[in-house]
Amino acid sequence: MTLDASRFVMIGERTNVTGSARFKKLILKGDYEAAVEVARQQVENGAMVIDVNMDEALLDGAEAMATFLKRIAAEPDIARVPVMVDSSKWAVIEAGLRCVPGKPIVNSISLKEGEEDFLRLAARVRDYGAAVVVMAFDEEGQADSKDRKVAICKRAYDLLVANGFPAHDIIFDPNIFAVATGIDEHRRYGVDFIEAVKEIKARCPGVQISGGLSNLSFSFRGNETVRRALHSVFLYHAIPAGLSMAIVNAGQLDVYDEIDPELRDACEDVLFDRHDGATDRLIELAQRYQGQGARASARDDNWRALGVEKRLEHALVKGLDAHIEADVEEARQGADRALDVIEGPLMDGMNRVGDLFGAGKMFLPQVVKSARVMKKAVAVLLPHIEAENAGEKRAAKGRILLATVKGDVHDIGKNIVGVVLQCNGYEIVDLGVMVGWSDILAAARHHEVDIIGLSGLITPSLDEMVHNASEMEREGLSLPLLIGGATTSRVHSALKIAPAFSGPVIHVNDASRAVGVAARLMGEERAAYTAEVAADYARIRAGRAGKGKRALASYAEALENGFTLDPDGIAPPPQSLARHEWDGWDLADLRAAIDWTPFFRAWELHGTYPAILEDEVVGAAARALFADAQAMLDEIVAENWLTARGVAQVWEARREGDDLMVNGGTRLPMLRQQVKKRAGRANMSLADFVAADGDHVGGFAVAIHGAEERASAFEAAGDDYRAILLKALADRLAEAFAERLHQHVRTTQWGYAADEALTNEELIAEAYRGIRPAPGYPACPDHGLKPILFELLGGNPAGITLTENHAMWPASAVSGFYFAHRDAAYFGVARVGVDQLEDYARRAGLDMATAKKRLSPNLDEEAAAG
Amino acid sequence: MSKAAELRALAKERVLVKDGAYGTAIQRLGLGEAQFRGAVALTREQRGNNDLLNLTQPDAVEAICAAYAEAGAHVLATNSFNANAISQADYGAEALVHDINVEGAAIVRRVADRFAADGMPRFVAGAVGPTNKTLSLSPDVADPGYREVGFEEVVRVYEEQVRSLAEGGVDFILIETIFDTLNAKAGIMAVRNVERALGRELPIMLSMTLTDLSGRNLSGHTVEALWASVRHAAPLTIGLNCSFGAEALRPHLKVLSARADTLVMAYPNAGLPNDLGDYDEGPGETRAQVDDWLAEGLVNIVGGCCGTTPEHIAAIAKAVEGVAPRRLADPPEAMLLAGLEPLEVRA
Repeated sequence: MTLDASRFVMIGERTNVTGSARFKKLILKGDYEAAVEVARQQVENGAMVIDVNMDEALLDGAEAMATFLKRIAAEPDIARVPVMVDSSKWAVIEAGLRCVPGKPIVNSISLKEGEEDFLRLAARVRDYGAAVVVMAFDEEGQADSKDRKVAICKRAYDLLVANGFPAHDIIFDPNIFAVATGIDEHRRYGVDFIEAVKEIKARCPGVQISGGLSNLSFSFRGNETVRRALHSVFLYHAIPAGLSMAIVNAGQLDVYDEIDPELRDACEDVLFDRHDGATDRLIELAQRYQGQGARASARDDNWRALGVEKRLEHALVKGLDAHIEADVEEARQGADRALDVIEGPLMDGMNRVGDLFGAGKMFLPQVVKSARVMKKAVAVLLPHIEAENAGEKRAAKGRILLATVKGDVHDIGKNIVGVVLQCNGYEIVDLGVMVGWSDILAAARHHEVDIIGLSGLITPSLDEMVHNASEMEREGLSLPLLIGGATTSRVHSALKIAPAFSGPVIHVNDASRAVGVAARLMGEERAAYTAEVAADYARIRAGRAGKGKRALASYAEALENGFTLDPDGIAPPPQSLARHEWDGWDLADLRAAIDWTPFFRAWELHGTYPAILEDEVVGAAARALFADAQAMLDEIVAENWLTARGVAQVWEARREGDDLMVNGGTRLPMLRQQVKKRAGRANMSLADFVAADGDHVGGFAVAIHGAEERASAFEAAGDDYRAILLKALADRLAEAFAERLHQHVRTTQWGYAADEALTNEELIAEAYRGIRPAPGYPACPDHGLKPILFELLGGNPAGITLTENHAMWPASAVSGFYFAHRDAAYFGVARVGVDQLEDYARRAGLDMATAKKRLSPNLDEEAAAG
Repeated sequence: MSKAAELRALAKERVLVKDGAYGTAIQRLGLGEAQFRGAVALTREQRGNNDLLNLTQPDAVEAICAAYAEAGAHVLATNSFNANAISQADYGAEALVHDINVEGAAIVRRVADRFAADGMPRFVAGAVGPTNKTLSLSPDVADPGYREVGFEEVVRVYEEQVRSLAEGGVDFILIETIFDTLNAKAGIMAVRNVERALGRELPIMLSMTLTDLSGRNLSGHTVEALWASVRHAAPLTIGLNCSFGAEALRPHLKVLSARADTLVMAYPNAGLPNDLGDYDEGPGETRAQVDDWLAEGLVNIVGGCCGTTPEHIAAIAKAVEGVAPRRLADPPEAMLLAGLEPLEVRA
């Protein structure tokens, strides 16, 4: 089934609190940031309109609707599609309409309260310039039979058109109900809907017809295979009948032809009520699809019987490498040249992977697995190609240089981007980590690359990127510059990087976007695209300039408004002042303490663990990834691939102004919030959590050793998937180690919470007393405190070394301070003014230039310029 | 025949001419604070409050308008671009909004009626600017959900202006220089409310301004997305103004012209401002570019925006002589939705 955008519109259903538990939770929590991402994912998965619904008893629906719609209006990649403002309450709909600049759809109005009310609301809809969904509902209730559906829609149509409402702005929803419920009266629901659609289209010229698809398969909740099949089969028949829109989980439809014919027939029998046993047969069949295992093994046997080219495609799409070498060999023997195997079936397969990924039907972990299969296949063919002396290389779509900038060692995101681009036919020149600008520029010239991509995770990398951009400018290199990595942002790229470089600068925040961006840069629309991005960034700069941000207090005022330490909350003296060190913490223990949510995020699978495993969109991909991660953890633990080294110590400390005087004479300068606060809110500094005398602070460092070496071996063997997986797991183990070590310190080493008893979930939620802020993170933004901390911990603690920008090596490492005061809490320092900068430079013994560089992400514009 | 019907009938016969800019024409008069302020008692400086001149220098405004009529303009706009309570708040002159609009309308009405005596009808368009606040953008990068002003407030502000313009005798309401689509939608809502209150029709003219060469306005909407978003106004004209010179507007005008089943009106700047902020495209250059539009049949009404003078308008009037007007587009029936980009669903 192909969906022609001008004939069938998929309306995303996930930004609906009544249909998505996850979205509801985010909105109730007020986490609009994450809620916006749900909308983005919908659009990326192919939703052409997004339905927004805030009908939840615990919510102020009008307020939530307005807030959410204003937030997505600020995201051009979401706001490009129209919105469906969905509520059963007119006040909520109207609050939404007041925030939507384009032409939205109102969902819905009906004749439920009579004609007068119906026409009054329709006129309001018209004043706002919206299209409208009219439910097949009248004074008697919801229409269930075909005749009632048609009669109500026709009546509504005549009323609307007679009152000047244009037919082309009317969408009828004739109610999709659940089928296969076992109740006889429901048997005709499927066929009645489809027949009603035909009739309504004939009798109400110009209108559109829509429906909420998920109701249809309500009886099969939990059985995704059957639900998807039922939805796909239904659309296959309803679209030709005239269904032009549906509220669906975009990206979760099967291709009609690829549905198991037996299942497909059973679905059709139910939808068309073909015989008395239809429901029973589908229910019986459904049990076979309960759980994915049975399905996978049944399929396993089938695909091996296909022709070799189909087998290769299947292996690539499914990421199966068990038979790839034999299959490639078979294909080679049947081909004239080994090169033909690459250019034929293998490239076809990878193109299909690229298409599926682009359409949101495959997810990152699956794509990286496909790439692994491709590499293995190519490895089999290479010796033959060389022997055939074919010589010429296949033409790549373009050559892209990737590097993690100087002083930074983090490369998981960069590697994922590289793999995904390779899968899509680009040649990647990966310079690795800690690459200075001169090497980047030299390599760009040497390899004649088309695009440069820079990555970084720690905040000083932002400056490195600006520096790179200005060097490219100075040397007259006008290649497009892509920017990515956790601390980068579109705003930073627009404000700081783009002005330094006259060529195109594009922030690419995830791997899924990288392919689209590369394609546009290498294609004919390059000029238009870069102009569009440049205009967008200019808009950001214009929006930023001249608009006031919250005012800064003077540093003296901020200090005056500090947090007042409650003497009763000071932690008792530690059990031990000695340095505790571990050269091999039990990996099985760390494994049990892993916080999995960030692991999935690293693979661009968004959702909270464990709910993500059951997520309707990414659940299957998440489960497969999780299974691979568990299998690798088994190996890590059993074969001791990794070594967890850690150090912790508690020292006597006192506070002196905004400095901490630790262990006698070591000075740790802290920074203070300077944004003006409301009355009663303090300007926080970590120094506030330490008493003027007789108090303590702690420090720690943990690292996971051995991941980089083993990952390099995987890469050398063409297995990027395992390489990235291992690094991502090492990161998680380091975080788990930091959590476990903190627990040890609280209960034993410092011992102020000796009887603490927390579950792993509570640990992850940080439901304990005390904090462990890390240098370079919001409460303590200067990465430059790490050398002081490391000195206190005895030098190279846990075997960690620092780069010139104070990134830790190995990359899977965490270090920080312990504060144990009862009221100690995390906060962000945010902007600091020139007065605090000067004071900090003095206290830290830095010249102004160095201080400015180290605090640059936090500097107020005046301080940055001055 | 209603004024709207009259305009449509005339536009079937020929390409019509709209007047040029007030702003740059007033600038050239070099008026000082005393002349701006006149006898009005206001505390803040009024220099630059062009709309106030309807009250304090009505003769000067009338002279500008008459010069455009003389040059051959059929559609004459009022000098009221900033005559709304939000923009006038910058001058502390909110209390004068009603009077500025009534007088502004009366001035142009007089000129139009005077020149209509020559046999060619003239139309009065009450100019409504975008205000200086946006409804769909946050001025604070750190808080993307923040808005300086709300929809209902903007509707109320527009209602006051539209009611006053109607009272002063305008034929149409020209919502122009649309940089934010949602502001325009509030304007349309206001016109509808005033129509219902007064029991008379106020046909709407709409004109969008582009902020970048890719063809989007400040709120990010493409020309087609804007058309989808305002089509419910059933506007008498849709078009583009200000932005850049005629040449740069051409591709976007073409898109709109192919879509719109109503009259298209466009009035570009006299090129782009030079380093000193002046527009130096001469009447001859403007005419040459307008000739391109006419040759392609893109417009029904042409005029000038920033930097244009009566000489530019006279050159345009010459250009349109004997030229066949654009034929209205006849798009297939379809649902036209829009985010920042349009989505068409055919019936």
